[in-house]
Parts: sequence; structure tokens; C-alpha cells
Amino acid sequence: MLELAGVSKRLGNEDHIRDVSLQLERGSMNVLLGPTLSGKTSLMRLMAGLDRPTHGDILLDGVSVLGVPVQKRRVAMVYQQFINYPTLTIYENIASPLRVARVPRTDIDRKVRHAADLLRLTEYLDKRPAELSGGQQQRTAIARALVKESQLVLLDEPLANLDYKLREELRQELPRIFAELGAILVYASTEPSEALLLGGNTATLHQGRVTQFGRTIDVFQRPVDLVTARIFSDPPLNTAPVCKRGAELQLERFVIPLSGSQAALPDASYTLGLRPWHLSLQGSSGCSVEGQVTVTEITGSETYSHLQVAGHPWVSLTHGIRQPEVDTLQSLYFLPENMYLFDEAERLVLAPDLPTEPAWPE
Amino acid sequence: MKPWNNKAWLFVLPVLVLVAFSAIIPLMTVVNYSVQDSFGNNEFYWVGLEWFQEVLASERFHNSLMRNLLFSGIILLIEIPLGIAVALAMPRRGWGVSVCLVLMALPLLIPWNVVGTIWQVFARVDIGLLGHTLAAMGVDYNYTQDTLDAWITLIVMDVWHWTSLVVLLCYSGLVSIPDAYYQAARIDGASRWAVFRYIQLPKMRRVLVIAVLLRFMDSFMIYTEPFVVTGGGPGNATTFLSIDLVQMAIGQFDLGPAAAMSLVYFLIILVISWVFYTVMTQQDNESVTDGRAGGGQ
Repeated sequence: MLELAGVSKRLGNEDHIRDVSLQLERGSMNVLLGPTLSGKTSLMRLMAGLDRPTHGDILLDGVSVLGVPVQKRRVAMVYQQFINYPTLTIYENIASPLRVARVPRTDIDRKVRHAADLLRLTEYLDKRPAELSGGQQQRTAIARALVKESQLVLLDEPLANLDYKLREELRQELPRIFAELGAILVYASTEPSEALLLGGNTATLHQGRVTQFGRTIDVFQRPVDLVTARIFSDPPLNTAPVCKRGAELQLERFVIPLSGSQAALPDASYTLGLRPWHLSLQGSSGCSVEGQVTVTEITGSETYSHLQVAGHPWVSLTHGIRQPEVDTLQSLYFLPENMYLFDEAERLVLAPDLPTEPAWPE
Repeated sequence: MKPWNNKAWLFVLPVLVLVAFSAIIPLMTVVNYSVQDSFGNNEFYWVGLEWFQEVLASERFHNSLMRNLLFSGIILLIEIPLGIAVALAMPRRGWGVSVCLVLMALPLLIPWNVVGTIWQVFARVDIGLLGHTLAAMGVDYNYTQDTLDAWITLIVMDVWHWTSLVVLLCYSGLVSIPDAYYQAARIDGASRWAVFRYIQLPKMRRVLVIAVLLRFMDSFMIYTEPFVVTGGGPGNATTFLSIDLVQMAIGQFDLGPAAAMSLVYFLIILVISWVFYTVMTQQDNESVTDGRAGGGQ
């Protein structure tokens, strides 16, 4: 188990990591989710031992590893760029960490061929990195991380530079590839959908702080605060300040009727949050607000409609192709039970009941 | 001529005229001199390849050529490794970068004859800082009388003048390596030598080809600095091909043999540069075809 206890990293006058505490179990997949510059790479460098934290301790199986140099830590890392030795063959590239560790020749051969087989590189073993496609180059880098048989495997946005198809393919394979290793996997990503597809646990990062850590699906469904909900939502979460009076919520001139546990909340100001796929352009039941259509984007199977609702930019994601006219007023329908409510300190006070949450639309 | 060719000629013609005046016509006059003899009065006689035979057979030419080859060999053996070493030692970021770059560029900005003069004075035993200090320390150093001292002075001067060029070229290759490579090597536990051999050297290969070619051509054609410092002496100890050539053409006014010699000189540089280029880039191609052919380990 890798444990980060109150870890901070300060460089000059900037806090890169602020008081992070995490416990990562062996054999688990852990996603670090956050926008660019939120501290994902800084945190990974600390985990790897490339940097020393300013405060706090890093423990592996209960023993502090702060004094252990990176070469002795049994750590492997895969980067966004495809990093391989340009003059060496794929075989030698995969074998390089084993050669450094002075593993016997026959073992090297067996391990390299096994890794190449898992990553479907067998027929390219004699080639050099520049002769392979981006996807194959990244597979080589992953194979190199795999043969090291590390306790900790750090994947820093490994699929970001690959095209869509390859990314999907490799993402499905990654957990399987590393499964037999029993290592702690840490995967940095900027994409909420990637975290959900990988499963496991997710830590959401915001300005160097971990805002929440737990099972990926739990963090997604019950974000502890507005920041986490925003990080873990793509397209972005629709929000607006609302005022609760009795059994109704007021969003400017719109009134949303409440019932059950929602109505039981104390009267106060809240922030309303609604997932884009909970907003429908065609109403049947529930309640509605109105917004002015600004842009419509069509992916083929889905339509993203951007609207201004009471001065806030909202997005609705609906199946099929719809083309509401720009600048017209459009009603947005939703079910009150799909609402998130955050208090004035932006903490979550109410989330949709879990069973009613539909599956992530793929 | 097909009509679409006319337009192409229009574009090529200005360059052609320029090249003709700057290179082809002067070169052809040299070719013209090399196959004729003249007794003044603008009278010329056809002698065929006689001058070429004479130059190629003369001991004077052989000696100058060997001096040139030795000089270029020593220069490359010192400046290339030294340039790589200095480039590796230079900082990658921070204020030190610009300081180093300016310091490195300084010798390159000084005109060649000034460099010669600087060293001519610097190394003089009577008034030169270096020469006088060495003499005061009891070192028997005098570049105007001792062959070895003259050579050492010229080599040190050239290393001082031109290693910067190799440094700057190598440095440009080094800074193009992303940090992640070094990080990955650190995590792999790769040694300093492995980082150099498998990451830095491959990235520097292209610029090294340029550095070797430039330094070979320049050192093989060296004229100004030895002319200023040693004047080709003591005796003929530092008389390189270029100095020999000027003596022959202007000192003795032997235009025919001088023209023949300059053509041979030109061909030698061309051939050796071509050999360097082919050998150094072939390694690139080989490594690729090797990989295709198989034999993974």
C-alpha cells in the first residue's frame, strides 16, 4: 500500500501540492482527475520519488520511502510523449530496464517476449521506434513499464497524444495488461469519461489539493462539493444560484416545486446543479426553465444545445439530432429528483438518489 | 523547347547568372591557367596536364598536404570531443544559459586575421603575456624557432577560436531533448553513460555531421591565422597548402602550377568532405535497414 500523509510541495512561492493524503491499495487502479496544471504530474513526481515533498511523508507498506532514491523504488512511469530509446530496437527498448537491473539473459528474453505478446508488439521487435506508429510507440513504452515488475506504475496521460480509435482500444487493454502485476496503478487524466471507463478509484485534483478520493462511481455520483462536481463533469455541470422557500426553489423567475427530502431542507440560498443529459428539449413531465439558444453542436448520435438560462451558460445533451433555432427561447425540461444542491459553502447537501441515476451515456 | 519550360528558365536564369559570375567563370579561368604556360606579355602556350603531373609529383606539395591532413586530424580529435563535453556541461535553463552562449559566441565574432594577431602577440616571448610567462617559468618556448612550439600555438589558437562552434551546434541538439527523457532514464536507473550513449548522442548526431564537416573544411583551408602568426615557419614547418599556394601564385608568379595545385586542393576537400558525409550518414541508414533485416538482439 502506498500512503501519502499530509504531503505538500512548494517551489519558490508557488504551492504545487497542498496537504494531500491518499491511500492507494495494491492491485488497484487509481485515477488522478483534474484539469491541466491542477497538480497531477507534480503529485506523480512525488509518488515516484523524483521530487521530495516539502512537508509530509510517503510510506510504502508502512515504511517511509523518502530517503530511497528513485532508481531503487521499483517504480515505472509512462508519459504523454512516447519516450523510447531512438537507436535501440523495440526488443532492446523493452529489455532496457532489465539490463540495468542485471537480470539473467534467459529471463530477459522470456519477459520481453511475454510483454511484447501482451501489447501485440511481437512482429515489431526488430524495428526501431521511429518506424512504428504512435500507438505502437506508446505500447513499447508501456511494455517497458510492464517488464520492470514495479510496485508502482504511474501513467501520466498516456493516451492523450493518440488518436481517438487507438485511445479507446488501449484504454480497454490497460487494466487487463497490468492486472497480473498486482501493482498500484496511478493514471492521470483530464477527462471525466476516461476516469469512468477505467473504473477503480478516483482522486479529483483542484489547484494542488485532492478534493475527494473514493470509488470512481461514488465520486461521480456524489461529489462532496461543487468544485469536484465541476471537475467530474464533461460537458460541464449546469449551475445557477437558487433560493429555497418552503416547498419550492426559485431560479430567478422560474419556480421549481420540491417534494420529500428536498422540501425538508432548511430555507436558504443554494447552488443548483444539473447534468447536461438530465435536461430535455421536449417536455412531458417534471418542471422546466427557459433559455436563449446560442449554439447547437451535433455529433451524429447526440445534440449539444448551448443556452443562456437566467444569464448562466447551460448545456443540454440529448439523443438524436435536434436543431433549435439560434436566438429563440427554448424550454428545458428536467425531473426535480435529478437535481444536485450545494450550500453556500459549496458543499453537497443533496444528490439524486443512486438507483434513479441512469447509466453514463456512451 | 516545350512552352512550359520557358517560364522555368525565367526563374532559374537570375541564379544561373549569379553563380556563373561568382563561381563558374572564376573556376574556368583557373582551369584555363592550369593547362597553359605563360612567359608574360599575355602570351600563352598549351601544356596539357604537365602542371598537374609536376604538382602531384613534387615533394613540396606532398609535405604541405601531409601537414594539412595532420593539422585537420588533430583539430577534429580535440575540438569535437571537447565541444561535446562543454555542451554537456552547459546549463539548460536559468540566467547561466545566456551568459554561456554569449561567452561561447565571442571568439566566433572576431575576424580571422585579428585572431592571428592576438595570438601572435600573446605568445611572443619578449612582450606576450603567455610567451613571457612561460619563459619566466623556465619553459623553453619559442614559436618562431621551434617547430613543435609553432604547431602547439596554432592548434591551441584554433581550438580557442573554433571549439565554440562545435559547442553551440551540440548544445542546440541537446536542448531539443524533452525533460521527460531524462526523467524516464532516471526512473529506469540508467547510468550517466547510458543517458549519453542512448539519448544524448543520437539526438546530437545530425548536428555533429555538420560540425565535423565545417571544422574539417575550415581547418583544411586554414590560411589567415598561420600566415599572421608563423608566416609558414619556422622553415616550412607550418606551410600549409593554402600558404604554399599563395607563395607559388603571388610570390613566384608561377600561375600555371598554382592553378593546377588549387584545382587539386579543391578536389581533395570535395572528396574528403564527401567521404565524411557518406560515412556519418550511412550509420543512420544502416541502423534503419538493420532493423528491417532482423536479428533483434
